[in-house]
Amino acid sequence: MAGIKSVQNRENPFKHNWFISAIWLLVVCYVLYTFNAMDLSWGRINEGFGHASNLLGRMIPPNFSRWSLLLSGLIESLEIAVISSICGIFISLFLGLFAARNMMPSWVSTPVRALIALCRTFHPVIIAILFVKSVGFGALAGILTLIVASIGFIAKLFAEAIEEISLKQVEAIRATGAGFASIILFSVMPQVFARFIGFSTYQLDSNLRNSTMVGIVGAGGLGGTLFSAFQRFDYDFVAAILIVIIALIMFGEFLSNIVRRIFR
Amino acid sequence: MNTIDHHWQRFTLRQKLSRYAVYLVLVLAFFQSIQSVEVIPEFLLDAPEQMGDMFSRMWPIDFAYYPVAVHDAMIETLNIATLGTLITLIFAIPLALMNASNIVNSAWCHWISRFFLVSSRSVNSLVWALLFVSIFGPGVIAGVLAIAFRSIGFVGKLLGEAIEEVNMGSIEALKATGASWMSILLKGYWPQVLPAFFSIVLFRWDINVRESAVLGLVGAGGIGVVLDDSMNLFQWDRVAMSLLAIFIIVILAEIVVVNIRKRLI
Repeated sequence: MAGIKSVQNRENPFKHNWFISAIWLLVVCYVLYTFNAMDLSWGRINEGFGHASNLLGRMIPPNFSRWSLLLSGLIESLEIAVISSICGIFISLFLGLFAARNMMPSWVSTPVRALIALCRTFHPVIIAILFVKSVGFGALAGILTLIVASIGFIAKLFAEAIEEISLKQVEAIRATGAGFASIILFSVMPQVFARFIGFSTYQLDSNLRNSTMVGIVGAGGLGGTLFSAFQRFDYDFVAAILIVIIALIMFGEFLSNIVRRIFR
Repeated sequence: MNTIDHHWQRFTLRQKLSRYAVYLVLVLAFFQSIQSVEVIPEFLLDAPEQMGDMFSRMWPIDFAYYPVAVHDAMIETLNIATLGTLITLIFAIPLALMNASNIVNSAWCHWISRFFLVSSRSVNSLVWALLFVSIFGPGVIAGVLAIAFRSIGFVGKLLGEAIEEVNMGSIEALKATGASWMSILLKGYWPQVLPAFFSIVLFRWDINVRESAVLGLVGAGGIGVVLDDSMNLFQWDRVAMSLLAIFIIVILAEIVVVNIRKRLI
């Protein structure tokens, strides 16, 4: 038995983590507390399941008979998504550049960063409400809303991407005596363009999703059709609209995958 | 000696052509949309005036309204976001496990889980809220479930990807000791996924705080109900109060999340 020591005092590799357990306990207490505070009871949830099967029964089969209404809403949603994505991407290209701290002095980048942060803070629906008030019902409010949402997302990520570039290439181009525009075009853009396309296709996707939603507050597109169908309890038409939205979004994902592959 | 004549090109002809094709399609789609979209120019012309009118009505913010209605609604909004995020986990964790190819090795399971994850993400949270309002009636419960169902896709997808990136060495070591699949999950996968798990959940919570603020517009509880009521009554000073409250809560949530994540990772 020489050479083999017993290892009684070895630390347990799967030591109990009291901190994590305490967090889980807090979570359970919180859930119990909120269920009480917000008056959520099993009776109500059970009752809901009855309604749910009723609702599903009325949704199936989906009713495509008003396809012309559906199609016009769909086309408007697509137009909102395309216009707002392209305008938003174009504006963010510049704002992102101005917000990058390694490209611009701080008196330029700080206000631009604040503007971008402001665009990001509010949910698109709230921005849509404000725009509906100022430019009236219709597609224009939706377009402006999604432009703001796109700026908040793309310009922020684009600025971060620019801040991470390697400065060696910038120096090399500068050493040839290139001007500011050439430095941006030939040393900064090649390094970040692929990522920019990535953010843009993602935003195109999410604008497509949101363009079907801003209609709920009156900013045009399929959302308005959906909301009025809900209010008239035409659940079979609601199901048809939902199927079209999901199909549209899957198609959008398919397209953005192709674009991403081209620009890789 | 010929190398100098050879002109260097960054992209092959095929790459160039496909890129130009994408640009062309984008430009065509843009102009087609601009032409056919219904924009009423008169509305655009008086937009600055209308905007000015709105802000002037908002200006003396009605702070007295905060203790009356905004405070309780704000707490309710936070509760909707938090409870919704917690309920998401019940659905998202099994779907994430099903979606991770190193845990379940069956194409059928992947397709099923992916279907649920994608449909959860494609339906916007407001649409989920509309659905649940028509099931459970207006109130908090519709909001909680809307948040929960909307988040499943996000949490499930990212968590599944985190599980797939786990270092398999320790998993194999556990397997070699004859551990049951439950202990492999709890002692092998879980500790490795833990940081990613918390950061995904916190990130989603941050998003959910933003989203739960608007769910009330369709009757699903929270600050949105207060916002909608004061908007329908054209009490823009109260609207401004609600917007200010949302703004502060969203910023606070972001600060909290950033600080916790810094500590965790």
